[in-house]
Amino acid sequence: MPDPKPSAQPVEFAPWVDPKAAPLISFRGVTKRFGDFTAIDNLYLDIFQREFFALLGPSGCGKTTLMRMLAGFENATEGTILLEGQNIGAVPPNKRAVNMMFQSYALFPHLTVWDNIAFGLKRSDMPKDQIPARVEDMLRLVQMQKFAKRKPHQISGGQRQRVALARSLAKAPKLLLLDEPLGALDKKLREETQFELMEIQEKTGTTFVIVTHDQEEAMTVASRIAVMDHGKLIQVDTPPVIYEAPKSVYVADFLGDVTVIEGRANRVGDIYEVSWAEGQPPLRCASPLTLAPDQSCFVAVRPEKVEIHADRPEDENVLQGKIVDIGYLGNLSTYHVQLANGQIIKAQNFNTERDTRRRFTWEEDVWVNWTVRCAILLER
Amino acid sequence: MRRLLLIAIPYAWLVALFLVPFLIVVKISLSDVQLSIPPYTPTLEFSAGWTGIRDFFSQLDFENFVFLTEDSLYWKAYLSSLQIALVSTALTLMVGYPIALAMANAEQAWRPTLMMLVILPFWTSFLIRVYAWMGILSTEGFLNQFLLWTGVISEPLTILNTRVAVYIGIVYTYLPFMILPIYATLEKLDVSLLEAAEDLGCTRRQAFWLVTAPLSKPGVIAGCFLVFIPAIGEFVIPSLLGGSQTLMIGKVLWEEFFSNRDWPVASAVAVVLLLILVIPIILFQRNEQRQREAEQ
Repeated sequence: MPDPKPSAQPVEFAPWVDPKAAPLISFRGVTKRFGDFTAIDNLYLDIFQREFFALLGPSGCGKTTLMRMLAGFENATEGTILLEGQNIGAVPPNKRAVNMMFQSYALFPHLTVWDNIAFGLKRSDMPKDQIPARVEDMLRLVQMQKFAKRKPHQISGGQRQRVALARSLAKAPKLLLLDEPLGALDKKLREETQFELMEIQEKTGTTFVIVTHDQEEAMTVASRIAVMDHGKLIQVDTPPVIYEAPKSVYVADFLGDVTVIEGRANRVGDIYEVSWAEGQPPLRCASPLTLAPDQSCFVAVRPEKVEIHADRPEDENVLQGKIVDIGYLGNLSTYHVQLANGQIIKAQNFNTERDTRRRFTWEEDVWVNWTVRCAILLER
Repeated sequence: MRRLLLIAIPYAWLVALFLVPFLIVVKISLSDVQLSIPPYTPTLEFSAGWTGIRDFFSQLDFENFVFLTEDSLYWKAYLSSLQIALVSTALTLMVGYPIALAMANAEQAWRPTLMMLVILPFWTSFLIRVYAWMGILSTEGFLNQFLLWTGVISEPLTILNTRVAVYIGIVYTYLPFMILPIYATLEKLDVSLLEAAEDLGCTRRQAFWLVTAPLSKPGVIAGCFLVFIPAIGEFVIPSLLGGSQTLMIGKVLWEEFFSNRDWPVASAVAVVLLLILVIPIILFQRNEQRQREAEQ
């Protein structure tokens, strides 16, 4: 099948691939130390206008420090941070065209919703008579017009989140920072709110930088994700790239579920064959990497790419094993298949039919396989 | 039934230790002075039966309260007590708030030590501490000697036996009652609120007045009442530090009881003082309740 013509597709938003695009934010060799502890380690990063940029990582990885440096609450120990080409190192938080939505929302408990949103505007150079109109606009944006007179403790968690968002957007910042914005909401509300956030980001055209430890949230909302660990950027890419083509075991493991198998790669034609255990067939893997003969490497396979069969299929990368665990999630089931040598392969099947009898059951002998293109080859 | 019993205990306590003594004081305030033991009349004679009780009530009157309004000494004493209590409450707030703020902003490890330092003076006798102030403030006291030595003044200042000494004494004595409730509200204050204020364009100073100050209001109100209510009836500090010119109702009360031995008038003074204090006490309770509701 021929590829569709590129002109038939809408122009994709990807300023990071355009060498002429000027970044809105630019970290240049930024290091931040707290005493002996290095929170951010010589970091280079460009964030572009209108991006929805996610900083993802485990707690203590430096993502919050990075955000607080953008807000102005922390100063870089070394290096510079540029906002539209200007070094903002010496600019205090109250003078930056950057606003932040706090994890705790930090709504002023003694002020009404209306006054919370007007708080920043009253401190800006906006003429007094224009403030009410702007507040009304913001209330409409987050659909909180009815609650303008309430105090923060009189509204629900989801409503507080909206007010916090409206307050941080009221001054029309060039950059909006969101610190775990949905962390306090329950799962269902969180999912709804993710789409609202995206909508609001598109409507206002503001650049968003979101800090989160929830990989699903980052995948849903972000145009690009930066995976961080120990103050370093491990990988910065769009959600599909970071999921389907992670560059390290750390990233593959951090985003989504994965089975990682260690072995030694040898090139056979345009494919690598990874021998990994005695008595098991080598795993065949297509990869753009160039590996030396017999180089030690990892094969990472996402469970949804693994097919599970009752009979041996005529295919590549076929392994036999026994089901030791089943996780039933409703829409899909995860099977843990243990091979003869003890290795567990995770396989996921969509439950497309409403049959209460499962296709496979515990202790059943099954075959698993995946195609050559589905496995990810990673250097050690 | 069990609930009723539980509630009955604090009520019994209040009735026995507050209401009954208060009613006795009210009764004395309605009696007449007499040279006897006890120094007032009438006393309740149960042996005379029903007529005795009727007799007893017919002899009670409001004479003493009328007397309070006739002699200017009393309302002057009330007014000056109110004034001294108000001024010293304001001064205590001005001294106490910065201390509470500094404590709340101190590093976590230091806070228990600072708290200890605030409470520590309570470990010595209140009277000894007030006497110590006499030693500091008198004309030959440490303060004057120090100021003369540094050359700030050439003549010793007269501080003892003036109102200034009373203010110093009250501020010193009641400072912990101001600091602790303010510290409690400031310590609970979420730091991210101040960061949010700064993020939205406030300077540090503006953030203090727009966020910290209004949010610490319950603590300020509680602290002010905890100082104001006892300060208004204060007796020891004005009599030891204030000299003879300082007129306070606590002192008048003392003199009526022990110098004049006019228990009925003294009781009337006490009842009026209590009525004056009931208003701020009710306001205080209301403030506490509102704070509890806001926290829920």
